[in-house]
Amino acid sequence: MTEKEWPLFEVFIRPRSGLEHKHVGSLHAVDARMAIEHARDVYTRRQEGVSIWVVRSSEVTASDPSDADVLFEPARDKVYRHPTFYAIPDEVKNL
Amino acid sequence: MYTQGLDSLGKEALHVSAADTAALEARFQARVDADDKIEPKDWMPDAYRHTLIRQISQHAHSEIVGMLPEGNWITRAPTLRRKAVLIAKVQDEGGHGMYLYSAAETLGISRDQMVAQLLSGNARYSSIFNYPTPTWADIGAIGWLVDGAAIMNQIPICRCSYGPYARAMVRICREESFHQRQGFEIMMTLSSGTPEQRRMAQEALNRWWWPALMMFGPSDAESKHTAQSMRWKIKRFTNDELRQHFVDVTAPQAGFLGLKIPDRELRFDETTQHYHFGAIDWSEFQNVLKGNGPCNRERMESRQRSHDEGRWVREAASAYAEKQRTRADAA
Repeated sequence: MTEKEWPLFEVFIRPRSGLEHKHVGSLHAVDARMAIEHARDVYTRRQEGVSIWVVRSSEVTASDPSDADVLFEPARDKVYRHPTFYAIPDEVKNL
Repeated sequence: MYTQGLDSLGKEALHVSAADTAALEARFQARVDADDKIEPKDWMPDAYRHTLIRQISQHAHSEIVGMLPEGNWITRAPTLRRKAVLIAKVQDEGGHGMYLYSAAETLGISRDQMVAQLLSGNARYSSIFNYPTPTWADIGAIGWLVDGAAIMNQIPICRCSYGPYARAMVRICREESFHQRQGFEIMMTLSSGTPEQRRMAQEALNRWWWPALMMFGPSDAESKHTAQSMRWKIKRFTNDELRQHFVDVTAPQAGFLGLKIPDRELRFDETTQHYHFGAIDWSEFQNVLKGNGPCNRERMESRQRSHDEGRWVREAASAYAEKQRTRADAA
């Protein structure tokens, strides 16, 4: 096969206004415009969205799973960042 | 669906000595046992990766080839409503193929490689699509039985250990249930129609019943991959369990339609609370698998033809995008 493979795009859909765009999958297209047209057909056949973002997959930088501890472990023992850490007597209102 | 754009594997995959492999495998299995999901960049055993590539790409090919027997009836659907529904269903099948190819690509195989494997005959697709659709009733029977069997196979895969496959499957299952219901509706209409329409419905059931049962794959005793796939949580139920479940739910539906399932041994067993059914002719299954089904050659010729006829479109689109890029760079 001598044809050059079309680049891969990641697709993000906003389900309705007021909500954020969410990653839904990926597809191949020659350029961003075609990627949006394809995303319309592949990912919104049942009114799943009101807006589409596409980005070339090669432009995404991802964290390495083996760095997960280094990145995320430090937050684990900081329960004081959550409101439930603080004991407030029941009679105190509006806190 | 996360992508081989993120394809560089984690660092730990790069310097793995043979001694470490056992430890990695143990940790992998522990995660699977704990119902943790495996994601594209996580370490995974080669055999797990290859099993998934084979299964997901085969599944994708099935969706794509599956468009052919039904697409055959779009121009001849009996009403405009039926035509609109059938177009939507066939378009869904194409979409399902796309979701699955994307999921397989996260494992490090390219879309073009998969397409090449299909066209060269090196990759399989579900042998059910090698049967012909001679009448409109076959479209009803396919929706009811073939999509019904597919859904039964696919629902457990929504909980598969591999994240991208599971997510694709959730989307697919949500869309498939309309496929099965529209098929049953066609069967209801025909089976409450004229004697000739009833006969069409019965004959379609006769044609599709046994091939639908074969869709669940060889019996557990013969299935090579089942034990390992269940340990990896790629598979949650055995072929025979799923087949039995299919017969149990489908037999009463046939009763509702007033149609007769073409199996003299079929009866409800009060002690087991399951339907007993007759032995499957596996020689037919093997024969279709080997390429000798009624439509194997025709299906592959159709795929090859549309691939060839679409080449100039793909090339033109690439050339246009290239030209736009060059102009943008120059500006």
